[in-house]
Amino acid sequence: MNRLAYLAAIAVGTFCAVPALAGAIYPIDRAHLLAGTHFDFKIEFDKAVAEDAIRVRINGIDATSVLGKKFQYVGNEDGSNGSSVIARDVAMPVPGKYMVEATDGVTTQKVVWDVYGTGPRMAKNVILFIGDGMSTANRTAARMLSKGIKEGKYYGQLSFDDMPHMALLGTSGVDSIITDSANSMSAYTTGHKSSVNALGVYVSRAKDNLAHPKVETITELVKRRTKMAVGIVTDAEVEDATPAGMVAHTRRRSDKDIIVEQLFLSRADVIMGGGSAYFLPQKTPGSKRKDDNNFVDLFARDGFRVATTDAEMKSLADNPATTRLLGLFHPDNMDGALDRRFLRKGTVDKFPNQPDLTDMTRAALKVLSRNKDGFVLMVEAGLIDKFNHPLDWERSVYDTIMLSNAVQVAKDWANGRNDTLIIVTPDHTHGVSIVGTIDDAKPGPEMRDKVGVYDLAGFPNYPEPDKDGYPPSVDVSRRLAMFYGNFPDHYETFRPKLDGPNVPAVNKDKVYVANEIYKDAPGAVLRTGNLPRTADSGTHTADDALLTATGPGAEQFHGFMENVEVFRVMSDALGLGPQPARAAGKPAKAKVPVAQ
Amino acid sequence: MIAHAKARRTWLHKAAGLAACVAAGIPLLAAADGASGLAFNEIYRSEGVLGLELSAKSKALAGKPVRILGYMAPPLKPDTRFFVLTRAPVALCPFCNSDADWPSDIVVVYPRDRMGWSQDGMPVAVTGTLELGSRADLETGFVSLVRVADALVVTLK
Repeated sequence: MNRLAYLAAIAVGTFCAVPALAGAIYPIDRAHLLAGTHFDFKIEFDKAVAEDAIRVRINGIDATSVLGKKFQYVGNEDGSNGSSVIARDVAMPVPGKYMVEATDGVTTQKVVWDVYGTGPRMAKNVILFIGDGMSTANRTAARMLSKGIKEGKYYGQLSFDDMPHMALLGTSGVDSIITDSANSMSAYTTGHKSSVNALGVYVSRAKDNLAHPKVETITELVKRRTKMAVGIVTDAEVEDATPAGMVAHTRRRSDKDIIVEQLFLSRADVIMGGGSAYFLPQKTPGSKRKDDNNFVDLFARDGFRVATTDAEMKSLADNPATTRLLGLFHPDNMDGALDRRFLRKGTVDKFPNQPDLTDMTRAALKVLSRNKDGFVLMVEAGLIDKFNHPLDWERSVYDTIMLSNAVQVAKDWANGRNDTLIIVTPDHTHGVSIVGTIDDAKPGPEMRDKVGVYDLAGFPNYPEPDKDGYPPSVDVSRRLAMFYGNFPDHYETFRPKLDGPNVPAVNKDKVYVANEIYKDAPGAVLRTGNLPRTADSGTHTADDALLTATGPGAEQFHGFMENVEVFRVMSDALGLGPQPARAAGKPAKAKVPVAQ
Repeated sequence: MIAHAKARRTWLHKAAGLAACVAAGIPLLAAADGASGLAFNEIYRSEGVLGLELSAKSKALAGKPVRILGYMAPPLKPDTRFFVLTRAPVALCPFCNSDADWPSDIVVVYPRDRMGWSQDGMPVAVTGTLELGSRADLETGFVSLVRVADALVVTLK
């Protein structure tokens, strides 16, 4: 290569290394918006443009006059060399298709929004159960263990197995086919797809986590438009992604201290779960806050009764004067059903008074049903996911049984009312499957020789379940062979982890390596991971999520649906779209020509 | 430097002895250098929903030399002046993964000497002055409640 060509190559290389700036419109193309919901409307240009060169039109009409709000202009957003305009808290009140065009005089971007309305209110209440990361194998194993199976037929069904309506949900996000619990919960609570780790926002090029264009959550919507109560119940931290999805707006779910502030400001009436460390002022040992705010005190001063044990929760819920309840039962995630009820591992010794998700559901229903205008309650079995991640299927399945029991509490409560929509769904799935059984009596020197497939699997020999549907032991001689398909380096022991939740891999020099504490377990074999070494555990999959539902509005669930349509069904059941005025008023009229 | 290297070697011997004590289940007694052994489960008296309570032992040792055995977590960034000591090897790295969370009973260690960070994930013996009370790291803002300052750090295996 001669010198000139070399220099030219460097120049080209340098030029190509500069990332091309892309333009964007938020909400994005093909977004579906509930008429009247608030959202931030942001346009990013692919270069710096003069404010007076920018034209934004909605169905051909100047957007400022359509929305009744002016855009804020940023000449060079966060050093991106691109200009942006944003109009916060705008709404599209009239259903129809809208073509949105933004031009800087040279380049024109276009997106289409579908704004939908709703019929009149059909349901007084909505209860949304999230089995976090609950995969089909979790359901199947929970049914096998809690109901039993003989000659191919189960002796019974999970509480959500017999719900009349079912759908397969697509869980992918704006940025990736694989979602996380923040993004996927946001889809349910806002009706908008977002990106991994983001809550209640579209991920734009803003640098500040809190500056991205927001979309309204169902909590904000019902609190703004109705007098309904809202409940948020989980066995993970209350500021973890799924419960946070009910209220939060941030690009990073790890902003847990900020999410607690957003929970406080949300006006939700019942908040229960773990995660107290983010409520304590930084001076309190065990606090994870970075400021002096004491949110336990702040909630109490705001009229919340505060419970930190199962007994306190039950007693406060029984008190007819309790209409707002904060329950914090653990500084981090709560312990799962297998540890709390049988093994006494995890942190059960330190926190012996944690409630069961069934009792939390019952308490939430008692408090919320004191609101005569109805409620939206979200109950998350968050630990199904927390245990699927570290390849600890027994614990994830016991928590799936607990979810079934919690759903039964809601079904019993709603029985005969015909005014409550109950939805049970995962937010995403894991790569887990039941492949047969592991029989210690099978011959062979290696544990893999004891794995039975097809006819050699037969049936597992778990003991009869107790009254709550849990087999008293998972340590049986012919157990399920339930394997994960995506994993880091780890030791496969072919046995339940009786000494505490599984920790398959540990961090060493920035990568994850097999945790050596299982190395000497009898029969353990090293599984070389099939995930990048930066993966600390099993990961989410793009497999469809299986939703079941019952009650008014549930009939809209069918076939394959995008996860954002769960929001639409809930909104429709609650009649959250603009309604024709009953008396002299007129329905909202479009300021722009609309194709209905 | 030579004297220091000698001190390090002496340390290694002591640390090996400590590790043997721990492996044998023998409680850590005051070491020959005057540092008191403090185990992770001795730092707090109780762990409640509304906060941790420091034990009488750790309160009594505030400002005094202590030795704590634990695991060195991956550093916040290569040139950070401190590292996080954890009870067990970290299965989730909060510094690598912004969505992971630290255990509540971590100890922040400020080594006497700037050190290489290639040993993260390793069991270490940390000896230095115990500091208690909420404090934010000046460079990073990382808030800690229990610290070991001016620490000598010895890798145990």
